Amino acid sequence: MASLDSEIAKTQEEKKALEQQLASLTSVTYDKDLYGGNNRFEDYELSIPVNDEEENLDAMDSEVARKLASYTAPKSILKDMPRGTGEDLDEAGFKRPQRIVDREDDYRRRRLNRVISPDRHDAFAAGDKTPDVSVRTYQDVMQEELLKREKDDTLRAIAKKKKEEEERKAAGGEKESSGSVVAAAASQPSQKRRNRWDQSQEDNAAKKAKSDWDLPDSTPGIGRWDATPTPGRVVGDATPSLSRRNRWDETPTPGRLADSDATPSAGGVTPGATPAGMTWDATPKLAGLATPTPKRQRSRWDETPATMGSATPMAGATPAAAYTPGVTPVGGVELATPTPGAINLRGAITPEQYNLLRWEKDIEERNRPLTDEELDAMFPMEGYKILEPPPSYVPIRTPARKLLATPTPLGTPLYSIPEENRGQQFDVPKELPGGLPFMKPEDYQYFGALLNEEEEEELSPDEQKERKIMKLLLKVKNGTPPQRKTALRQLTDKARDLGAGPLFNRILPLLMQPTLEDQERHLLVKVIDRVLYKLDELVRPFVHKILVVIEPLLIDEDYYARVEGREIISNLSKAAGLATMIAAMRPDIDNIDEYVRNTTARAFSVVASALGIPALLPFLKAVCQSKKSWQARHTGIKIVQQIAILIGCAVLPHLRSLVEIIEHGLNDENQKVRTITALSLAALAEAAAPYGIESFDSVLKPLWKGIRSHRGKVLAAFLKAIGFIIPLMDAIYASYYTKEVMFILIREFQSPDEEMKKIVLKVVKQCVSTEGVEADYIRSDILPDFFKNFWVRRMALDRRNYRQLVETTVEIANKVGVADIVGRIVEDLKDESEPYRRMVMETIEKVVANLGASDIDARLEELLIDGILYAFQEQTSDDANVMLNGFGAVVNALGQRVKPYLPQICGTIKWRLNNKSAKVRQQAADLISRIAVVMKQCQEEQLMGHLGVVLYEYLGEEYPEVLGSILGALKAIVNVIGMTKMTPPIKDLLPRLTPILKNRHEKVQENCIDLVGRIADRGAEFVPAREWMRICFELLEMLKAHKKGIRRATVNTFGYIAKAIGPQDVLATLLNNLKVQERQNRVCTTVAIAIVAETCSPFTVLPALMNEYRVPELNVQNGVLKSLSFLFEYIGEMGKDYIYAVTPLLEDALMDRDLVHRQTAASAVKHMALGVAGLGCEDALIHLLNYVWPNIFETSPHVINAVMEAIEGMRVALGAAVVLNYCLQGLFHPARKVREVYWKIYNSLYIGAQDALVAAYPVLEDEESNIFSRPELTMFI
Amino acid sequence: MPYIGSIVASDRFNINSQLEHLQTKYVGTGHADLHRFEWAVNIQRDSYASYVGHYPMLAYFAVAENESIGRERYNFMQKMLLPCGPPPEREDD
Repeated sequence: MASLDSEIAKTQEEKKALEQQLASLTSVTYDKDLYGGNNRFEDYELSIPVNDEEENLDAMDSEVARKLASYTAPKSILKDMPRGTGEDLDEAGFKRPQRIVDREDDYRRRRLNRVISPDRHDAFAAGDKTPDVSVRTYQDVMQEELLKREKDDTLRAIAKKKKEEEERKAAGGEKESSGSVVAAAASQPSQKRRNRWDQSQEDNAAKKAKSDWDLPDSTPGIGRWDATPTPGRVVGDATPSLSRRNRWDETPTPGRLADSDATPSAGGVTPGATPAGMTWDATPKLAGLATPTPKRQRSRWDETPATMGSATPMAGATPAAAYTPGVTPVGGVELATPTPGAINLRGAITPEQYNLLRWEKDIEERNRPLTDEELDAMFPMEGYKILEPPPSYVPIRTPARKLLATPTPLGTPLYSIPEENRGQQFDVPKELPGGLPFMKPEDYQYFGALLNEEEEEELSPDEQKERKIMKLLLKVKNGTPPQRKTALRQLTDKARDLGAGPLFNRILPLLMQPTLEDQERHLLVKVIDRVLYKLDELVRPFVHKILVVIEPLLIDEDYYARVEGREIISNLSKAAGLATMIAAMRPDIDNIDEYVRNTTARAFSVVASALGIPALLPFLKAVCQSKKSWQARHTGIKIVQQIAILIGCAVLPHLRSLVEIIEHGLNDENQKVRTITALSLAALAEAAAPYGIESFDSVLKPLWKGIRSHRGKVLAAFLKAIGFIIPLMDAIYASYYTKEVMFILIREFQSPDEEMKKIVLKVVKQCVSTEGVEADYIRSDILPDFFKNFWVRRMALDRRNYRQLVETTVEIANKVGVADIVGRIVEDLKDESEPYRRMVMETIEKVVANLGASDIDARLEELLIDGILYAFQEQTSDDANVMLNGFGAVVNALGQRVKPYLPQICGTIKWRLNNKSAKVRQQAADLISRIAVVMKQCQEEQLMGHLGVVLYEYLGEEYPEVLGSILGALKAIVNVIGMTKMTPPIKDLLPRLTPILKNRHEKVQENCIDLVGRIADRGAEFVPAREWMRICFELLEMLKAHKKGIRRATVNTFGYIAKAIGPQDVLATLLNNLKVQERQNRVCTTVAIAIVAETCSPFTVLPALMNEYRVPELNVQNGVLKSLSFLFEYIGEMGKDYIYAVTPLLEDALMDRDLVHRQTAASAVKHMALGVAGLGCEDALIHLLNYVWPNIFETSPHVINAVMEAIEGMRVALGAAVVLNYCLQGLFHPARKVREVYWKIYNSLYIGAQDALVAAYPVLEDEESNIFSRPELTMFI
Repeated sequence: MPYIGSIVASDRFNINSQLEHLQTKYVGTGHADLHRFEWAVNIQRDSYASYVGHYPMLAYFAVAENESIGRERYNFMQKMLLPCGPPPEREDD
């Protein structure tokens, strides 16, 4: 696949190059549309949106919806219809399995840093007992967090102090003599390096504010739960220094696990942490170690409790059973190609690998570090001094890295004859016992134990359980669908037997596996969900573990992953209860890692929506007022924001309390807290819109005061909040507050900051669209500055700025009218920057389409047309639709006023139809179809006729896209000027179209069939019948088209043609076609027959059709039955006139030996019954029911389905009582098989018409103690 | 207990594929092992529910029995509790 893609890409490249060459040879200017011109990246996103709205650029949506209005064949038949070969389809349709890590950005990859924490104490289960020392309690966890935090603070303080000292030293050094130049030079680079690592937080924040400006702490691109996040953004981090760690996480090396073990001490420095930005594979430079930079001690190993066993004081607290280092998934071996190290765990070893291993071992042995004894023996006792190693020195002990390094033959290893191992299996993955699915290399780590073929009996019960779980999980993960299904069911059913601990200890590490694919994750998450349901309160000790694994799903870029994550957390909180959830998540709220806090906030909002906001309010209140750390307050407020985003308008009942909880954050001492508070208010206001303004009363003052005192990021957040609150206000207040905020907005118009611009635009849009803001005010106060600052070329370069500006301008236009806006920008249609022209055009299009063109005076009209023509002709870029749409919209809005300009427009079109570039031709043709209606309004029929002839001449076009457009243009012209006045005359046009019907390009097909259908409908008489017959044959092929629109148009056209030339000829062709062997063809034919019957009334078709049934050939008979079925479905009530005629035929079919006969006949009966319900055909229907009924014991799924549906149809037509009477005979039949079928019928009868059965139930006699009779029914007045 | 036995292939496609689910959703549906008594109870309950649900029926019964409509409705609802009396002793199973 990948090679194919690359090949295609390569070919395209070559072709492009060649064409470019050719173009440059033949003429001076080559077409940039086609060959790719100047800056192709100008349309790409350079930043993320402010308003997180789903960007929907697809203009086709509405168009498709518009075309879907009319006729369609029944689904069953369309489903039957073969769609060509599916091979190319499923390649295009399905995503290839994709590893999750591959599409994750650095921020999301931080999930791999987290460690599945040990089980926790379950206070509910333990009751009053004092928890066992070996169990981690809430207290332990909180203490750990505290320690981590303190360590972090201390390290930061040290770093700051060091830096200050260095600076002082450097400053002092410069003052000194020039003799120390060398020293200064030497210190220069190190200082530079330090800047990267040791920058104090403020510096960093300031710097970041430039580079990565986004709203603080919001995860990249996902402000919204449902919006698809944009990956690849730099992360705005709360603790900037932490983000530095990203680099270590980017390429998790196999050495990681080993490293974490090798550097157990708290101050451990990983060699890679040297500031020079070395990678893992580089040799650590000693120079880097000489000037130890303290920051590096904040390496990942210290943050996460990975090294808990040794790093935390509670070493003893680690329950060995529940938490073994081996289970730790961090740094799980992420090996694209399994290295020997991973393979030799369990798998088969190829000879090369074996040799390599042996050789490695050899080298390792020779190069192992010398022990002190050895050194003592080597060196003389005197003359040497044993130095303490520098505190930051840590020996490299990364065996895996050594394994990966290119082995250099240091010493010549002695040759030894490799031993032959006959038991080895080369290259073939070892067959797993017991029909287990295959194992990927990375699975050995988790499932390797399954390969040991020990006797099951020798294992202890616990081990057997483990094994069982592993087997089931492997089946779920890698198995075939049936295997997966049964395994999943077993896991669910036995969840309580297997036990929560063993289950989660197996499942959760798998989810942390770095090579996990989407599908695998989905399956494993599903397992968790099912197991959760069964385990219920038993999950309590594992809540945090599960959260660690599931929380990352909440910020996944895949929508369904996010939904899944929410569902699991919601179920989890229902199973574990609020207290446990809070206990599990509380420590994470002020975690030093922003990633952890962010995901925790999201998880908390899910808990809130699952258990109700009121339950969580007290806790939230406490957190938001936390004195201990700003992180806690920040997270608390963020939880409120996420709640608002998640549950939308359901916040309304709690709006006031939520606002009260966070309002003090607007005056918080920490800038980040102020920012997130404003953003949370924005989210709350957005969720509550258009209600709830009274809840925001208390924050209005601080917000409006805040915008005067703040700058930059905080100001942006405040403005955003204001932007969302203003639309909730009453008109008077909205007007007042808008004026209050406007001068700040106008000041910020000039801000050079992109994000600020976007927010300002958004807020202007929100203010302007509010009721209380008057047009005059906008005109006088906003417009001048607005146009001066925003309507500049630069704004058109960034796509999001562009869109935001267009939206805002359109909104303003809605208030101040067309003339004001269009008048200001119309000159810019002739601007020299094309993107800018495009922006102008799009705005004009939207404004004019919204408000019409009646405000536009003669002068402006002239300018407008002139500008549009200029912009249309000068366009060069690929994105041509904007110009086209704009042109169309303006011409249509002007209507008859465009008449004087039409000759000029048509001249342009004709000129461009002749252009060398296909894109230009296509666009010209498209433009004709847009303006055809207006041309008719202007009585320019002659001009249109002329265009028709021109288009007719271009029917030889070879680019299918262009040909499609030309056909579309012809169709538009034919539609407005009618068949008789059309030039070229229809009799010339249609024969020219017949060969085009063979074209397989979808656009051509669709436009061509539409045009042909239109002619068949309105002007069939202009064309000889023979031509129509020819077209009929072509149409049969088209019934197989992929696109539904084409099939529908084909079907319609069939009807029109049959109507025009009479059904006989068409029918004869079709009936002949039934004899063809090819199934596809027959299915299409049956559809066509039914259509002909529908358009030319059934009596013209039925005799011939029924006559055809006499042909003793299965295919033909089935085709006839199928046509009948569709025919009766389609004609509905009309069927009552024909039901008696076809009954004998159906009788015969229902008694046929052939299953398909009976099946198809049954479905015909169903449609018939449904069509004639209530029209007095009960006698015929009962007769048919008698033939249908014996088929109830059929076992073939299609047949039985058809029969059951026929009976359902009978229920509708005959009433439930009749069918019940058929049913009663078998409900208590001695044979179970019979009873089963009858009860099945009874059940569907019951579900369909329960009430109607009351009157028809049999009379049961009372028994000794039981009353079965229903005396009420015998009452009589 | 509801019978969830051999579900044939044909059932996979229709509502009977999940008999258990069906039974919880529509209490009155039956199965091959349904006892006569249980069916009768369903019939009775459905009947009473129907009487209560159709006001004209209720009015008719009220006239016939010379009772108020409310009383009739109450009676019917009460009768739905054990419409056929106590369940018979099961010999087997």
